[in-house]
Amino acid sequence: MSPITMAKALNDGLRKTLEEDPKVIVMGEDVGKLGGVFRVTDGLQKDFGESRVFDTPLAESGIIGTAVGLAMRGYRPVCEIQFDGFVYPGFDQIVSQVAKMHNRSNGNLRMPITIRIPFGGGIGAVEHHSESPEAYFAHTAGLKVVSCSNPSDAYWMIQQAVRADDPVIFFEPKRRYWTKGELDLTPYPLHKARIVRPGRDVTIVAYGPMVVTALESAAAAADEGRELEVIDLRSISPLDTATVVESVRRTGRLVVVHEAAVSHGVGAEIAARVQEKAFYSLEAPVLRVCGFDTPYPPSRLEEDWLPSVDRILDAVDRTLEY
Amino acid sequence: MSVAPAVPGSEAREARDALHAVHPEPDMVQLLTPEGARVAHPDYPLDISDDEIRSLYRDLVLVRRIDSEAIALQRQGELGLWASLLGQEGAQVGAGRALRPHDMAFPTYREHGVAWCRDVDPLTLLGLYRGTNLGGWNPADNNFNLYTIVIGAQTLHAAGYAMGVVRDGAVGTGDPNRDTAVLAFFGDGASSQGDVNESFVWAGADNLPIVYFCQNNQWAISAPVATQTRQPLYRRASGFGFPGVRIDGNDVLASLAVTRKALADARSGQGPTLIEAFTYRMNPHTTSDDSTRYRLGAELETWKLKDPIARVRAYLTRHAQVGPEFFESIDRESEALAEHIRSGCRALPDPAALSVFDHVHTELTDELREQREGFATYLASFEEVGA
Repeated sequence: MSPITMAKALNDGLRKTLEEDPKVIVMGEDVGKLGGVFRVTDGLQKDFGESRVFDTPLAESGIIGTAVGLAMRGYRPVCEIQFDGFVYPGFDQIVSQVAKMHNRSNGNLRMPITIRIPFGGGIGAVEHHSESPEAYFAHTAGLKVVSCSNPSDAYWMIQQAVRADDPVIFFEPKRRYWTKGELDLTPYPLHKARIVRPGRDVTIVAYGPMVVTALESAAAAADEGRELEVIDLRSISPLDTATVVESVRRTGRLVVVHEAAVSHGVGAEIAARVQEKAFYSLEAPVLRVCGFDTPYPPSRLEEDWLPSVDRILDAVDRTLEY
Repeated sequence: MSVAPAVPGSEAREARDALHAVHPEPDMVQLLTPEGARVAHPDYPLDISDDEIRSLYRDLVLVRRIDSEAIALQRQGELGLWASLLGQEGAQVGAGRALRPHDMAFPTYREHGVAWCRDVDPLTLLGLYRGTNLGGWNPADNNFNLYTIVIGAQTLHAAGYAMGVVRDGAVGTGDPNRDTAVLAFFGDGASSQGDVNESFVWAGADNLPIVYFCQNNQWAISAPVATQTRQPLYRRASGFGFPGVRIDGNDVLASLAVTRKALADARSGQGPTLIEAFTYRMNPHTTSDDSTRYRLGAELETWKLKDPIARVRAYLTRHAQVGPEFFESIDRESEALAEHIRSGCRALPDPAALSVFDHVHTELTDELREQREGFATYLASFEEVGA
């Protein structure tokens, strides 16, 4: 099989779910004729019809709120939120309705809703188009939050998310949409982290767009004789603590990388869990290489602001020198 | 010479108050006057027997009893809160009885009268207010959704459900056992919410089989309806491209006839309708509210004259020759229902502490299992000390 882009892999994955289950529907702004602003739903309306793949009015709360009703009627909606910064008008429906409906109905209702969100920066966009809001959702009981980092995971994970009976917030690293890769022949469990590069000196945990950056850092570090173990978290909630802790028990050092602001983020949660479960294995404090606690900057500054290979290597130096 | 300083915005407020005072009668559909006389309306003929009106009377009385018993239980500490429907029985029973079994209703947290019409045991409603669960019933059992507390959120769920009805081919087939409508409840306060307006957008653009039933009870907690709008709420519908109609919300016959017509239109593929039931919240917003801080008793007195139950009783007594035996039998039934609610409420079991981990997801995640085990161990440590 020839390598395909992440956008195409997502498209193929969505196509699979539409083929196998007539209750799967794809809805959002511009997902029909246009195929989505990133072309992830390209051709799906043509092949599955306007009843199953359709453009909604331009209102995010409406997209999520109607998906709740569709789920109650037995459908399996896949909602596209056009950009990360536009999910907030739908936030109430996500955290108060989608996340809680199964619980408040005493398990009687299920919300098999997938909410796809292109997220993260690095594409030179105008404001509100480069955000990383994953921690808001990971902090909400009842939601599952995942992010793919490569075409193969994109292909398999989107299918797993759509088939899941729980709501899944599916974060797609928009700057990696056009990166090509081969598809694995079989899926890997949706909520399990994966060691994408083994190493014995420092554990690097990343997800989504930062996995490639972490791997580049590991390659650069290898030139200096340092072995970084890179873990692709894949699932932010639930979080595969065991894989991270097992790695840190071997390396004794941990650097967590994400684009989202450093404070109160996923990195803080990972640091807390690691100190709780691997306290005596730690040779140095857990470090975080993340976005700063500032609004996402204008695009001319984003390469400075975003975690980079050099910033990761700087943190690696500091943890090794501790 | 000193001049009293102008209060900023006072002109705007006066204008608003004037709007609030607009006499509602000319636009309202009314089929039963407060004095108990039936009147005809050219657009909403109602073919109804006196036996059926007796049955509506029974609904109205029993629904009011559910409400008064729940308030009493709250006062006794058996419920944490109750949202009273006093004064809105006519609107709710009319709308509830217009539904067919396979139609779907999306209530707020005050639709106890609709719940009654959907055959939901009143005890089922109490868990949320007693704190023994978060609602907990299965909406599919009676086609009556869970109460929704976030104002207006359910109107989008209703629109989505209606989208599913359309995709299921259950609209406009002409088969009365198949064609399905959705009835979405909200209030005058909710009319300001984005979700309600987005729901209108969806329903209008997609011609969805949905009826919006707005109980304008004049007050959103302490805010009069003039805070939400400068024109009657039913007129909102025209901007979204579907009909709006205002009914006398204290007239169960008007509510039944107009909702029946709107639901029939929806089922047959003619799209949405907005019904504004012009009514009044006779009690405070909830048992935690003090309405004497923001409204005058005189207002309450004028609405008492429009009571939704008294007019039906007056009709039955004066025009249908219904004797005291009937009213006594309803009173006996009301007493039995009250006892069912009282004893049933006290018997609602407190949930087990560890049940908080149930139904967060469809399966217990490793993280929750670990938290559950830790909490269980902690709880068990007290049992050992006590033993």
